[in-house]
Amino acid sequence: MRWINRQPGPGGRLALGALPFVLLGLAYLAGSALRLAEDPNDKLLPALTSLAAAVDLMAFTPDRRTGEYLLWTDTAASLLRLGAGLGLSAVLALAVGMAAGLLPLARAALAPLVAFVSMVPPLALLPVLFILLGLGETSKIALIVIGVAPILIRDLAMTAQAIPREQIVKAETLSASTWLIGLHVVLPQVAPRLIDGLRLQLGPAFLFLIAAEAISADSGLGYRSFLVRRYLSMDIIFPYVAWITLLAVLMDLGLALIRRRLFPWAELERAR
Amino acid sequence: MTQFNDYVESINQYTAGAHDAVTLTNMDGLSIPAAGGVDTTAVIVGDFSAGNDAVILKDGATLADIRGRNVNLVEYSVSHYLLARALDSVGMTERDVTVVNTADPDMVGAFQTPDVTAMVTWNPMVQEIVGLPGATIVFDSAMIPGEIIDLMVANTQVLADNPDFGRALAGIWYETVGIMASDTPGGAAARAAMGAASGTDQAGFEAQLAATKLFADPAEAVGFVTSPDLGTTMDRVRGFLFDKGLLGSGAPSADVIGIELPGGAVLGDAGNVKLRFTDTWMKLAADGAL
Repeated sequence: MRWINRQPGPGGRLALGALPFVLLGLAYLAGSALRLAEDPNDKLLPALTSLAAAVDLMAFTPDRRTGEYLLWTDTAASLLRLGAGLGLSAVLALAVGMAAGLLPLARAALAPLVAFVSMVPPLALLPVLFILLGLGETSKIALIVIGVAPILIRDLAMTAQAIPREQIVKAETLSASTWLIGLHVVLPQVAPRLIDGLRLQLGPAFLFLIAAEAISADSGLGYRSFLVRRYLSMDIIFPYVAWITLLAVLMDLGLALIRRRLFPWAELERAR
Repeated sequence: MTQFNDYVESINQYTAGAHDAVTLTNMDGLSIPAAGGVDTTAVIVGDFSAGNDAVILKDGATLADIRGRNVNLVEYSVSHYLLARALDSVGMTERDVTVVNTADPDMVGAFQTPDVTAMVTWNPMVQEIVGLPGATIVFDSAMIPGEIIDLMVANTQVLADNPDFGRALAGIWYETVGIMASDTPGGAAARAAMGAASGTDQAGFEAQLAATKLFADPAEAVGFVTSPDLGTTMDRVRGFLFDKGLLGSGAPSADVIGIELPGGAVLGDAGNVKLRFTDTWMKLAADGAL
């Protein structure tokens, strides 16, 4: 049989998918063991036991000073900022993106601005945001919105524009107003796309969150990672990175689930 | 020699073994390389801060007004130590304030935002911030003289393997400091260059020097490092670091890392000496024997 026609079985698919993870894990363990054999105090690639001890310290031991469980307070602080930033971005994207996609007048007025703003590197604006909005939560949420919203807006506007003209004309012949067309023809088709857009923007959103927390904060996942960086505490940084990744994966899966539940019709299109 | 724009990164590079020597404070020397297992020797005691680090309040006249405020500072830095000492001096603890970690390049901008009302930082930022409306210095390092010390440290093993390395470091150091402190056109040019490199100018740099007890004369440095006060200071510093969990998460007490003082006395675990103070090279410099 030609290679191009060979399919993995269900078990084979699982094994092949797990293989790179296992290889990466083994490479880490080997590297860590080598470095630790040379210098038992090495901090760059800590052994599994020190990683486990650090997880225990951060997640299951109350902090000596505040009595809080640091990992959970950090997670709550970060997720609150991330949720606020993504939520605001989604609302903005829906309003502006629909308007720009649906109404030629709004498109003429908004599209150039949005295209321009979406090209501004958000991290370059960070010092400005801190001075204008202060070091508190506002500037961190604003950074996420500035980074994520323009891309979502453009994406939604393009999706709305790509709706076949015939559908709009058909609705018009059925005497639908602009408002009704927006509500019943365009919204059901762009809303699933909004969820997909959010899924794709999870990575950048985390990036902006961590960058903002690194500069000024008193809690948060990025704050903690950058704080312990001073002490080369890879035993804390690695679990935090893994935890952030896991959170992002879970949010991605959660959004996919929401999409399927709320917009089952979008799946028909996808299966085809 | 490599110049880093990021202080912490320079220390991390040293701790990871990429460089053999680095300049840092006595506190960071203990908490980063020494706690990281790198046996480190202080070749030169350059100076101590006598006003370069300060607690600044907005609309507050005395240190007691800090109670209940958010305090912006670089967490776990000498600023944090200064705050702890300041609070201690008026019978407060860190529980009476909320510490907000803030990156040092953003301090000046941050002080101008309305929600920042208390800050601990160092020069050249302090000079700029005190010029802003409402800013008052309520505590500074001149009130704890000799506790925030700038060191030139090197890897103990490398020093032992290359006896000339320590001599070279000391020689270059005192030659440079001599030029920098001299009242000549060459000295003025050096101060202007140093000022520009630290984001201020010659006048700003000279103001910093005035707030620094610089040991331009190696004999003075020998006197400082061999005085019993150094042991007291390092004992305070290690107590602070242990309290913050910075001597390693498994450290059972502040004694876990040994600190050797000139003369051979050891503070803490004599079997795990990772930070060594010595007058060897400064003495050679003082005797003109480099």
